[in-house]
Amino acid sequence: MKVLSHETLPLRQPEDVVLVRNKVRNWMQEEGYRLIAQTRLATAVSELARNALDYGGGGVARLEKVQNGSREGIRVVIEDRGPGIADVEQAMRDGYTTGSGMGLGLGGARRLVDEFEIWSQPGQGTRVTIVQWR
Amino acid sequence: MTSEQANPIAQVLREHPQDLLEQWIQVQMDAPWVRLDLIGEAEIRAQSAELIELLGAACQSGNVSDIQADEWGRVRDFLRELSRSRATLGFSPTETAQFVLSFKMPLINMLRQASPSLDMQVWQTMWQASVLVDDLALYLLDVYMTSREQVIKRQQMELMELSTPVVQVWEGILVLPIIGTLDTARTQVVMENLLQAIVETASDIAIIDITGVPMVDTSVAQHLIKTVTAARLMGARCIVSGIRPQIAQTMVNLGVTFADITTRASLADALAYAFAQLNMRVTRNESS
Amino acid sequence: MEKIPILKLGDLLLVSIQVDMHDRLALALQDDLTGQVVKHKARGVLIDISALEIVDSFIGRMLSNIAAMTRTLGAETVVVGMRPAVAITIVELGMALNDVHTALNVEKGIALLESLIREREAVEAHEGPQP
Repeated sequence: MKVLSHETLPLRQPEDVVLVRNKVRNWMQEEGYRLIAQTRLATAVSELARNALDYGGGGVARLEKVQNGSREGIRVVIEDRGPGIADVEQAMRDGYTTGSGMGLGLGGARRLVDEFEIWSQPGQGTRVTIVQWR
Repeated sequence: MTSEQANPIAQVLREHPQDLLEQWIQVQMDAPWVRLDLIGEAEIRAQSAELIELLGAACQSGNVSDIQADEWGRVRDFLRELSRSRATLGFSPTETAQFVLSFKMPLINMLRQASPSLDMQVWQTMWQASVLVDDLALYLLDVYMTSREQVIKRQQMELMELSTPVVQVWEGILVLPIIGTLDTARTQVVMENLLQAIVETASDIAIIDITGVPMVDTSVAQHLIKTVTAARLMGARCIVSGIRPQIAQTMVNLGVTFADITTRASLADALAYAFAQLNMRVTRNESS
Repeated sequence: MEKIPILKLGDLLLVSIQVDMHDRLALALQDDLTGQVVKHKARGVLIDISALEIVDSFIGRMLSNIAAMTRTLGAETVVVGMRPAVAITIVELGMALNDVHTALNVEKGIALLESLIREREAVEAHEGPQP
């Protein structure tokens, strides 16, 4: 997969979540992605960015325009250096929450995007990579 | 040239298949277009070895120029299958063509070694010219395929839109008659169009009529349910009409229930229900 | 601090969300609305989200909470103007918002609120006022 351009944004406060998801939408709008794809990815990013902020103590979001052969897409990597998730499989299940949300964050985000990958190590942090193809 | 007098290509293929294979694998592995994300080295090796063997057999016939001839039937079959499988895997047309083109280097290398008297300078110039022409042809192929794909994509979209019109049958009532097979992609477009039409016409009720749908699988049923739920979130109600007995049976067998969804046997029943919901009544004029 | 304005119209409260909602703003609106329902003895709340391009699970939960809280306080809530792409996304996220009343636009929303309030008053007249 080739990265055509990228940008990294911080996640330190609730306003940053809005900034990041809007950036994703703007990118996709400029590139002419369908409205539904824009909404899906931006919503997934919103869920994951909130997780990084609320549970990971903040982090960064890296937005990338990528190309794989003739396919184009947007990849977003959201990373924190928080306590990590001990049982990733459990955390992916709907309704699982340790905080104030509905517990739909991870599982919900996965349903919204074309590709979803999670890495987490207790004590080291969590990194979620999602891709939406054109 | 006759078959008794062995052709150099046939000879190289017969005498050095292993060297050819190793060199060819090397070329493919080092190439910028190799797609190890789609196919493993072991498979590339197996396919390369098979093609060398088939080429060898075909060339033994003495015919090394007309690949449409009967002797080349197995090579053509092999390439047809390879092309089909690579297309499915997601290889581009040029990446697929590169597989065969990349065999030129090892083959010509072996031929050159077989004739040491050949002038290096001449050989290199010829090689350069040959690669240049290949690259130009591949570029042309790539551009051609891209523009053709765009045409196909546009036509697909147009067909999808054409095949499922959203009709406003009365103020506040939309009907979406679906005709033909529903696949996931089409269902998605159809449903998005319906929701958009609900907003544009401010319709309270949308009837999805699936009388003309021969089959519904689980993913299509899920999309139907999602659409009905999404319409509710927007403030409109959906009615699904025309569920044929076979479809109802399949859905029960699949474990899909339309429990929370209003359904009616026919479009007429759904329309009557919609009028009632909007406090409207259809009456017949008293004949005088 | 930024705040989402709440308009009072008879016994209804109207909110039109025109800004991108971050979580603190959503929580503030939730507090503010419930406070205003009590203060004005409102019978209905209308929330217009037609300007919202993204509704994630947090905002979805806020809408759900507001509906449940105002109901306890004697007011019905109707959410209007959800965009198609937002509705599809919410469904795929796994939220149904079954407890939230919805309408296509403000006009239909007010009509729905009025009928919900009438229904509720009829029930209350029959059963006596709720504790």
